[in-house]
Amino acid sequence: MRTSVQEMIAKSKDKKSKKIIEKLIPVLLFLIASVSVLTTIGIILTLIIETLTFFTRVPFTDFIFGTTWLPFSNTEARFGIWPLIIGTLKITGIAIIVAVPIGISAAIYLSEYASDNVRRVVKPVLEVLAGIPTIVYGFFALTFVTPVLQSFFPEIKIFNAISPGIVVGIMIIPMIASLSEDAMSSVPKSIRDGALAMGSTKFEVAWKITVPAALSGIIASVVLGLSRAIGETMIVSLAAGSTPKFDGDFTGSIQTMTAYIVQVSKGDAGYGTTIYYSIYAVGFTLFLFTMAMNILAGYMSKRFREEY
Amino acid sequence: MRYIEQEKVVRRMNGRMIVNRIFQGLFMFATALALLALVILLYRIVSQGAGHLSLDFLINFASRFPAEAGIKAALVGSIWLMAVVAPTSMILGVGSAVYLEEYAKKGRITSFIQMNIANLAGVPSVVFGLLGLTIFVRTLALGNSVLAAGFTMSLLILPVIIVAAQEAIRSVPGELRDASYAMGATRWQTIVRIILPAAIAGILTGSILALSRAIGETAPLIVIGIPVIIQFLPAGVMDTFTALPMQIYDWSSRPQAEFQTVAAAGIIVLMVVLLFMNSVAVFIRNKFDKSY
Repeated sequence: MRTSVQEMIAKSKDKKSKKIIEKLIPVLLFLIASVSVLTTIGIILTLIIETLTFFTRVPFTDFIFGTTWLPFSNTEARFGIWPLIIGTLKITGIAIIVAVPIGISAAIYLSEYASDNVRRVVKPVLEVLAGIPTIVYGFFALTFVTPVLQSFFPEIKIFNAISPGIVVGIMIIPMIASLSEDAMSSVPKSIRDGALAMGSTKFEVAWKITVPAALSGIIASVVLGLSRAIGETMIVSLAAGSTPKFDGDFTGSIQTMTAYIVQVSKGDAGYGTTIYYSIYAVGFTLFLFTMAMNILAGYMSKRFREEY
Repeated sequence: MRYIEQEKVVRRMNGRMIVNRIFQGLFMFATALALLALVILLYRIVSQGAGHLSLDFLINFASRFPAEAGIKAALVGSIWLMAVVAPTSMILGVGSAVYLEEYAKKGRITSFIQMNIANLAGVPSVVFGLLGLTIFVRTLALGNSVLAAGFTMSLLILPVIIVAAQEAIRSVPGELRDASYAMGATRWQTIVRIILPAAIAGILTGSILALSRAIGETAPLIVIGIPVIIQFLPAGVMDTFTALPMQIYDWSSRPQAEFQTVAAAGIIVLMVVLLFMNSVAVFIRNKFDKSY
């Protein structure tokens, strides 16, 4: 006896197990999808709860206005966050000075000048640069960039802000270059052709047409790069030292927020000590900084996007 | 009346062409500089570390003496870590992507989840370490085990896998879906038999790239307290372990110059692992990528 397709469908529809599966799967998948939301909630709650414990021992005002960070002192431990923020800003500042001109120039070159063949080779190579683990960059900063800098400027110490700053900059070049290039490539060809037809040179097209049109995307890429530089951990842990300082010196050892967290985690600050809770307070500050940058980047690329 | 003053245009043309040339040179130079950084970095590491590479280096445990230091515990530890991270992150990542693309109604909750994923991708890895320390190491009492580290890393790369899987699923043409429904298939049947097989290349490629990020991450491991000097191999997921980047970090931060060679050799091993994973990803992309 032959069953028709309709009968087969009707028969399979009646299967109870199948009905249950069709009902259960969406629920299960929803639970899985909510893990990412739970992770965010987990991060925020963890940071807030442990930071509040920290503030029961160290006054809030001491933390956010203090300019001395001396957590390991037995007699007079001080927890003023500013030296760590200054350290982070030094690294970020140098990184941006290195990465923004090179990254945006590379993006302009790739989107306006380079032939398809060149682009096909250069873009994957830049991706390789983006895929190198940060620990490798840290090793490079410590064993190559610092000695090279020292041979030119003998006053630079073995741990300093300049070398890791430059290397963090190298690390974020691919990110700025590829995001800016995406923004420039999305500028319609017709606008470019219009300018070229009016007799513009390629540089004039890039500078007066493409870059202004893609500005929101370019700025967003720089802000995301900033956020990456602020959160970068291993390069600064290896090459920047561990001396929290509240001054403008770049040649000596400094400490960033991320490097402090690593320093404490590496040592054996017991669970429940003030130092243990301090890494959450520092982590929370770091989280706020990067979150502000990420939201700003998202806002920039939405708000100033020019629609064609 | 003439709108274009021919002479003026001709006179200025030269200067404009020169400016164009100069900037073209500058932009090219900047691009070359970025590529040069990569070449120097790779050359330095290979020239420093190649001398220490040997079979002994791969099968020896860490040692106080540079000459005897090996990477066995770290290499095996990283493989253990991946054995936890790969299934965990892929189940969570692909599941989330399927929900967002196939089930979720476009609305507040969906766009909130989507925005949350984008923001999560921007959280520094060291902060994920703090999350892992509190939730997995302390609250769930997993200690500094493979499982605790694996879960932490899975959450870290989750946004990357979700986004990659979403893109792969989105690129499956609607006709395939419609055809499947027209044949009487249910939603879940369509997903399992039509959509996921069609999207598998993209999903795997994205996942492998995300895993290669996890294998090179150091900061979260330090924060959750993964030790460095280990003279045994983990026997299960509840055992403690060490990983390639941890071992490299430890060698790099030692004052003796000899350990720098050892660290460079360790980096070569890590980069070879990364190169292997990336080649697999490229292979999968070329081999199984169907274009519709």
